[in-house]
Amino acid sequence: MHRPFKTQYEQDLRLFRAPSAKIWYGLLIVILLALPQFAGEFYVGELGGLFIFAIAGVGLMLLTGYTGLVSLGHSAFLGIGAYTEAILLARGWPFAVTLPAAAIVTAAAGIAIGVPTLRMTGLYLAIATLAFGGIISNVLQKWDSVTGGFDGFPVKAPSVLGVVLDGPWAVYYMSLVALVFVILLALNVLRSPLGRAMVAIRDSEVSAQSMGINLAWYKTIVFALSAGITGLAGGLFAHYVRHLAPDAFDVLLSIQLVTIVFVGGLGSLHGAIFGAMFMRLLPQGIAMIRDDLPNWLGRMPGLEPSVFGIILVLCIMFEPMGINGRWQKMKLWFNRFPLHRASASRRQKSYAKSERLR
Amino acid sequence: MDDVARLLQLVVNGAASGCIYGLIAFGFVLIYKATEMVNFAQGEIMMLGGFAAYTFIHQFGLNYWVGFGLAIAATAAFGFLLDAVILRRVIGQPQFAVVMLTLGLAFIFRAAAGIVWTYDSVGFNTPFTNKTVNLGGLVLGQDNVSIIIGTLILCLVLYLFFSRTRLGVAMQAASQNQLAAYYMGIPVRRIFSLIWAISAGVSAVAAVLLAPVSLIDVNMGMLGFKAFAAAVLGGFGSIPGAVIGGVIVGVVEQLSGYFLPPGFQDVTSNIVLLGVLILRPQGLFGATIRKRV
Repeated sequence: MHRPFKTQYEQDLRLFRAPSAKIWYGLLIVILLALPQFAGEFYVGELGGLFIFAIAGVGLMLLTGYTGLVSLGHSAFLGIGAYTEAILLARGWPFAVTLPAAAIVTAAAGIAIGVPTLRMTGLYLAIATLAFGGIISNVLQKWDSVTGGFDGFPVKAPSVLGVVLDGPWAVYYMSLVALVFVILLALNVLRSPLGRAMVAIRDSEVSAQSMGINLAWYKTIVFALSAGITGLAGGLFAHYVRHLAPDAFDVLLSIQLVTIVFVGGLGSLHGAIFGAMFMRLLPQGIAMIRDDLPNWLGRMPGLEPSVFGIILVLCIMFEPMGINGRWQKMKLWFNRFPLHRASASRRQKSYAKSERLR
Repeated sequence: MDDVARLLQLVVNGAASGCIYGLIAFGFVLIYKATEMVNFAQGEIMMLGGFAAYTFIHQFGLNYWVGFGLAIAATAAFGFLLDAVILRRVIGQPQFAVVMLTLGLAFIFRAAAGIVWTYDSVGFNTPFTNKTVNLGGLVLGQDNVSIIIGTLILCLVLYLFFSRTRLGVAMQAASQNQLAAYYMGIPVRRIFSLIWAISAGVSAVAAVLLAPVSLIDVNMGMLGFKAFAAAVLGGFGSIPGAVIGGVIVGVVEQLSGYFLPPGFQDVTSNIVLLGVLILRPQGLFGATIRKRV
């Protein structure tokens, strides 16, 4: 796989890889800011949802893609964030307080589950967080004096300085601002000592430990950070759906969140965004072409989950670097045209590393 | 007296559903011991086994026992192909990539079952449906008793298979040390596919045994998540531990439904799972986990 060759430390610390990147990202922001003027209400709403999932994706990417810890219980954090936001707003707290509170409460929940479980690695952590997600989703359903149980919980529209932020446009702009904030936060974390420690832990826990990295401490911080970002996404998600239903935050949502990270491409923030695009646009894309398909295929009830599953399976079998990896390869191909060599992006041959000691 | 009988009934019911968890967990552990892969699609393979039995017994009108055998054979063949065609190709990728792969397969299986057999719940007649057996004043459903007895027989057969037959010993060797087994002339790759076949076949047995108690539907695979609690409780590397862990989880689940306020029963398996992982991560029967650097 092609990697840029860095000759100075400053290159490694820059926020943007090249000066031209600033222009492109600036252009993207301008387009996204202006888009609601031209797009219809439906598309604005869908894009708002996409931003929210991208925020959650960035949160999980910090944990899974950069620290190598896999969580199958992130829907619980999304749920805790969403319910905190809705309940605090219903009690009359101002919006400027509730949204950070949603993130902080969720981060605290992340620490609470992280401290006992982070001694585990790999598979055990995934199973433990899976169990945690199951418990939280049950609590949200059964604790009806607080969460409203199966009747759901209506979310009050927030207001800032007397202006009521209601409708898809408000969600769009709130989520866009939050997404930009979260990406900048993640970029800065990644170039700080914390980020370097995360990558070291991902690549080898043993060597990280022998370099003086306190594993328990850093893992807990990353878990809290990831949970907090996901909780922020949850708070925005509450405004996106407007009426919270407890059964939305189940195992399948957790699996979708992990799929965002895997299909997007592990270990890159672009990957989280690409993954969220895949996750949100796939159902829309299928709905759009459904009428043009032959009847037996277009009316097939399991079309969407099967396409979803097939893409996930193909992605892991043939493109483990995800959409982002494919994108990098395409960029490389155009950069080198017509001198591209297939071997530049060939995968390194790998062997199963046994975790058993014998 | 009434209370004791009620309690005993609960324990038997719990043990019966626990046997099902145990059999699914058996499938996980068998594959994990051999290939270090964790198959999150195990519950879905069980669901496919149940639908296969439904096709043979209800739709083709075959005898129950013939349909039972055919369903096991079909599911085992499916497991073999699954390994030979898909799972073998991802060897060498990080462990969690395999988990995501099996999760994706689970989605596909669920959708495929929905397309082939529709999303309605189905059932078929078994010799054990709606019959009871009277054991010294204790009235038990034959369905539950048949699950327990079926599990015991299956465990005995598998124990004899793994300890007495050439193939079984070769499987043990291959899962203990691949390289040494390979040097001894054991076809390790084919053995692994056969292990997948056995694990799928055991899941099919679980589905058929479960049929008198609950209907077969597309979301039946969610039982697989409860089976994790069984596998972890048993130590995730111990085959008898998986079955015993399953029985414990099933009994605890039934009793918590009786003694604790409503709502706790659904999360019991999750609480057991988290508790075991926090307090005794090596499980009840597992050896201490040491990691190769």
